Amino acid sequence: MINKTEPLLEVKDLKKYFPLRKAFLKKGKGSVRAIDGVSFSIQEGGSFGLVGESGSGKTTVARAILRLVEPTEGKVLWKGQDICPFSESEMKELRRNMQMIFQDPYSSLNPRKTVFNIVAEPLKIHKRIKGRKLRERVEALLEIVGLKREHMFRYPHELSGGQKQRVGIARALSLQPKLLILDEPTSALDVSVQAQMLNFLESLQEKMKLTYLFISHNLAVIRYTCDVVAVMYLGKIVEMGGAESIFSSPRHPYTKALVSAVPLPQAEQPETAILLEGDIPSATHIPHGCRFHTRCPEKIGAICESSEPNTNYFPDGSQVDCHLF
Amino acid sequence: MKEGLSFLTRMKEERESQIRDIRLTIYTLSRSPLSVIGFLLILLFFVITLIGPWIITYPQDIKGAVHMDQKLKPPSRAHPFGTDEVGRDIYSRVVIGTQLSLQIGLIIIVVAMGIGVPLGILAGYLGGWVNNLIMRVTDIFLSVPGLLLALAIVGALGPGIKNAMIALSIVWWPGYVRLVQGKTLSLREESFVEAAKSIGASRFRIIFSHILPNCTSPIIVKASMDMGMAILFAANLGFIGVGAQPPMPEWGAMISVGRNYLPDHWWMATFPGVAILITVLGFNLLGDGLRDVLDPQSRGQIR
Amino acid sequence: MRPVLEIKDLKIEFDTFEGTSHVLERVSFALEKGDTLGLVGETGCGKSITAKAILRLLPVPPARIPSGEILFEGQDLLKKSEEEMRQIRGSKIAMVFQDPMTFLNPVFTIEEQLVDVILAHGKKNGSGHREKRPDRNQALTTAIERLKEVKIPDPQFRIKSYPHEFSGGMRQRVLIAMALSHAPQILIADEPTTALDVTIQAQILKLIHELVQTHGHSVLLISHDLGVVAKVCKRIAVMYAGNIVESCSTVQLFKKSLHPYTRGLLNSILTFSKREETTQGIKGVIPDLIHPPSGCRFHPRCQSMKDICQEEKPPMIEFEEGHWVSCHLYH
Repeated sequence: MINKTEPLLEVKDLKKYFPLRKAFLKKGKGSVRAIDGVSFSIQEGGSFGLVGESGSGKTTVARAILRLVEPTEGKVLWKGQDICPFSESEMKELRRNMQMIFQDPYSSLNPRKTVFNIVAEPLKIHKRIKGRKLRERVEALLEIVGLKREHMFRYPHELSGGQKQRVGIARALSLQPKLLILDEPTSALDVSVQAQMLNFLESLQEKMKLTYLFISHNLAVIRYTCDVVAVMYLGKIVEMGGAESIFSSPRHPYTKALVSAVPLPQAEQPETAILLEGDIPSATHIPHGCRFHTRCPEKIGAICESSEPNTNYFPDGSQVDCHLF
Repeated sequence: MKEGLSFLTRMKEERESQIRDIRLTIYTLSRSPLSVIGFLLILLFFVITLIGPWIITYPQDIKGAVHMDQKLKPPSRAHPFGTDEVGRDIYSRVVIGTQLSLQIGLIIIVVAMGIGVPLGILAGYLGGWVNNLIMRVTDIFLSVPGLLLALAIVGALGPGIKNAMIALSIVWWPGYVRLVQGKTLSLREESFVEAAKSIGASRFRIIFSHILPNCTSPIIVKASMDMGMAILFAANLGFIGVGAQPPMPEWGAMISVGRNYLPDHWWMATFPGVAILITVLGFNLLGDGLRDVLDPQSRGQIR
Repeated sequence: MRPVLEIKDLKIEFDTFEGTSHVLERVSFALEKGDTLGLVGETGCGKSITAKAILRLLPVPPARIPSGEILFEGQDLLKKSEEEMRQIRGSKIAMVFQDPMTFLNPVFTIEEQLVDVILAHGKKNGSGHREKRPDRNQALTTAIERLKEVKIPDPQFRIKSYPHEFSGGMRQRVLIAMALSHAPQILIADEPTTALDVTIQAQILKLIHELVQTHGHSVLLISHDLGVVAKVCKRIAVMYAGNIVESCSTVQLFKKSLHPYTRGLLNSILTFSKREETTQGIKGVIPDLIHPPSGCRFHPRCQSMKDICQEEKPPMIEFEEGHWVSCHLYH
């Protein structure tokens, strides 16, 4: 984070509000504040992790970066340039640099297309390659992700979850992007395959000089793969910093609760688990003041209910949004 | 030489999945005896359509011939279905009627799909005012019972098989809009459509290459059931007298005339009636069977 | 003490398009009264099928149960009639499923659904005969009590809500309340927290733990997550490709697992407590159950494979007290 070079991707005060449609009575506006002022930056070649539970807004951040949803406010800077005002055709050009690997391998592949067509499609759209050259490119891509020629003309329903995920990766790699956004890349996979997939993604990153933005609710996956982590709650980043320090000595009460809630596969179970009371509030009724105060075990008092905490920065580059600091 | 060989292996690879799919379809279809019956009936229907001209005994009886000396003869060896009021062989007319029915049914369904499917996809994908406009117009058409609407249109245009087909196409297209719009709405939210957007696919590409191919299953099911119903409706119009006009060997028209000769000369109305029954039943059963086949839930893959 | 549930040599087959799938080869395990047993395995190992088989929820064609016994309090459930099973389901053996949304009817309120369940089994009676049906008001009171037990706030008001008005964690609590409404002997929980967020999962697991301690139900918890199972269960049985490969106490599993698959699994899971250097998976893929490997089904992927592993299926032996394993390395 203390880096002189310009980050590859920077997000500044990003907001996305989804309007709530009121049926008859038009009194009062409501909106789902999915992201409410998110800022972070990713260095080239790095692995950035975005962690959070449902309603945290992490998936919306990914979609906003790719402009699959339009940000309500804020900036998305690609190599220093704000891409939010880009037109459709400018975005099309830009999409070659940023690709996404979707969460559910079962629905992110068109069931009516063969593996070949799925992987070839980006090439057909952008590079207009045809015939033998196209076939060779697709074969090379499939080889990179570890699929064989015999898979090329299969349909998605004939592949296993891990294989489907690899097809998605091949598709994303076809345009040689610089940034890969990975939305829960392993949550649909079996345990014994998850580690393989993550190792593969790591070697891929080295080989193809990729930058990763990982999105997951699985803390173990994020800890295994990312250098920098941001923890999100109800649309805001509550804590951000180096992966190791965030997970081994978390500062924000939510991060602490999250870390202690992960069930550890070991014989001795820690006695003290920080249990949060109640449910995650709905994004339509975000609590006043600090959004976490309704469940916070370390709540100070009135200040948490009335004012949103400011970001506190620490010398090692990490930050926390909490009144305790 | 090597290029040629690899071409063959390529073809084989490409088709492997499709072959597996077809085998699975056949397996699933064969699980249900009713679908098999439906399939066989339709097969019979198509076979007769194809070889019709070669198996009829009195080709001249199809349209104009009149043999008053042969009139109203009951079923016999020479005339397995008997003869009608002007002496024409009913068997030959029923067989050729098959061809006619197929033509009628196909044209109606194809035109209805041609109008309905694109409108449905546009409405579903574009949403907003386009969706509202198309769906409201569709609703207006759907609010009138099909046969009545067809009658009204034919009433305006005048009787005849051509006008009957136009009327029935107009009755049929809204059903496809509804079906396809609903399917498109649900497909629009699927991950793979989002993925297509993220790789830079244009709206056009998404609609034609991603959404449309995934709509084909419900369309096929509907089309196969509709075929039977379209033929039935055409026969209804013919029966009332506003569809096919005599001397066309259309089943409905034949029943219309034969009705007057019941019950003594029962064969005039019965055989065309049975033909309609078998055809509509066959298409319905087949449609049901296809629905089971194409429904991903019941494709018999236990994981 | 006779175990409250005993599965003996259960074999299940499924008819599919491509042939017969041998989903369970020979499954045997026992659940002691008041115990919590975790059934662990990856996709396709047969754990869910085993759970459904206990309650006879499998569709009998295409499923077939050619051999085996499922003994509940000494009686073989496979030999019971459908009517007898209906008496058992929900009242003596209850099940909680993975996705609470699909298991609650969206058009009825929680009140209607919960009261329905309570009324369905009437008053418990040894002969399985319904004596005096509680009336709706009594059932409503009971329902509210149950919701209190699973810690749903303001239950007398929230009971009137529809399922979609509840969050995932709340719905799961409702399902647990429904399952426990007749004080069943056995609670089967099939991936009860997989669809929930981490912090909510922790709450639900604690709830299950507490309820079990208060009421003494025996619990069969099915999960692919060894962490979840470690938190709730005293004993664990590991399944692979339709067989139990190892069955022991939780401590024994994590401290000295025996079976190569268990070891491989433990090595390949990402542990959160420290950053691993690299974690290996298990080489190979889950076998095709239509043409399963001969002998020990794990042999194609096993690092310690011997010749005998291909030929003979290893028997289940008690290697040390309470620790059973099915592997040629140990006999």
